[in-house]
Amino acid sequence: MDRATIAARIAEVIEPFNKNGIAITEATSFAGDLEWDSLTVMDFVAAIEDEFDIIISMNQQAEIETYGQLIDAVTTLQG
Amino acid sequence: MNDMTPPEMQATDLFSKFDPLIETRRSLLATGVTDPFSLVMEKVLSPTTAICSGRETILLGTYNYMGMTFDPDVIAAGKQALDDFGSGTTGSRVLNGTYAGHRAVEDALKEFYGMDHAMVFSTGYQANLGIISTIAGKGDYIVLDIDSHASIWDGCKMGDAEVVPFKHNDIEAMEKRLKRIPEGAGKLVVLEGVYSMLGDIAPLKEMIRIAKENGAMVLVDEAHSMGFIGPNGRGVAEDQGVLEDVDFVIGTFSKSVGTVGGFCVSNHPKFEIMRLVCRPYVFTASLPPSVVATAATSIRKLMHAGNKRAHLWENSRTLHGALTQLGFKLGTAEPQSAIIAVIMPDLERGAMMWEALLREGLYVNLARPPATPAGMTLLRCSLCAEHTAEQVGIITGMFERAGKAVGII
Repeated sequence: MDRATIAARIAEVIEPFNKNGIAITEATSFAGDLEWDSLTVMDFVAAIEDEFDIIISMNQQAEIETYGQLIDAVTTLQG
Repeated sequence: MNDMTPPEMQATDLFSKFDPLIETRRSLLATGVTDPFSLVMEKVLSPTTAICSGRETILLGTYNYMGMTFDPDVIAAGKQALDDFGSGTTGSRVLNGTYAGHRAVEDALKEFYGMDHAMVFSTGYQANLGIISTIAGKGDYIVLDIDSHASIWDGCKMGDAEVVPFKHNDIEAMEKRLKRIPEGAGKLVVLEGVYSMLGDIAPLKEMIRIAKENGAMVLVDEAHSMGFIGPNGRGVAEDQGVLEDVDFVIGTFSKSVGTVGGFCVSNHPKFEIMRLVCRPYVFTASLPPSVVATAATSIRKLMHAGNKRAHLWENSRTLHGALTQLGFKLGTAEPQSAIIAVIMPDLERGAMMWEALLREGLYVNLARPPATPAGMTLLRCSLCAEHTAEQVGIITGMFERAGKAVGII
């Protein structure tokens, strides 16, 4: 799966979590711009993990702050 | 004198990160409520009563489930150990800090659980911190329930393993994550028997079966079940018939045992090496002789505490039923442990209800985030085998009056 396909699928997964309808770019940050609390983060990570059948450990999550970094991480984890 | 420090070099106050919490606390106390986090017990009369602010108070917010703190045999053992061994060991378990009493309490634990090895730590927190951070290393995976106790999370943080949480008690979510772990990686599943915030138990039978099918080792924290859940009081895993599939049981002396300390019991053939490699075990002073003596005596008495166990369950069922009937929202639909969590609409009314109960002469725990799941404010009631049926009736009346006064029911 290439990066663009992955980005499109992540965009679909993120939609129900983006309750304030924020315009998302690669630089959008989850904690800062989307203002997600830890429970929302957990549910979203689980949704991404299930969508791509991967594990994003908490150690890896700590490195992912922006939407673009998430796409990169999923691309890498997909192998 | 010439101040050479340029303005941009002014020190950042490291405490500024606590400002939001300081403000929450200030605004709560500004409403005039008593600070729920600085109660002092002036005199403790029994496992179930104390003097707080000059008034006799029923204790419904301790972890003294089996009421062992004033047991005459336990007290006598502690006094004897003070006389025979002094007030403290002043040393690590691996140097000068292992006395006859430390061995004796480990023997009592091995007998209590029917396991080959027991290792005693200075607190339950250190037992989780030490065991988890030591056994799961770089490249290993820890799969754990999202509602795990702080000591489990801190054990994960202190080690180098990959940490993978799953939704509370969600068997399918756990299984999916286990199956995704790269082949060949070491796996540790961490569960609790009773989750202490809502007092709910884990479906250990299914979870442990799945963990084993996926090649994981299993650690179960049975802190809140020891002494009264399971045919021999060994906990939820025993109750569900899967204790022999648990690789490590973590427990504490600060709940049913009635003193302080933590432990891990295991049948792993190489378990004893932990005494040399587990830093929270090595680099701290061992428990005082009086503490291990009271613990050993208490543990041996808990092996034969069938009647007390039955009475504790009776108390839990009675109070759960009465509070449900009064219209309180509880953490579990059925009583699953000795903890009954009463869900409050928000922190402010939770603190008001807490204070109203204290004025009635009842102490419960006020629990709030981050200790609680889903941002809940809880009044946590924990029952004791020494609460009389009459006290449970009095407690119900206090809840009714306080709940109506605060407008929660």
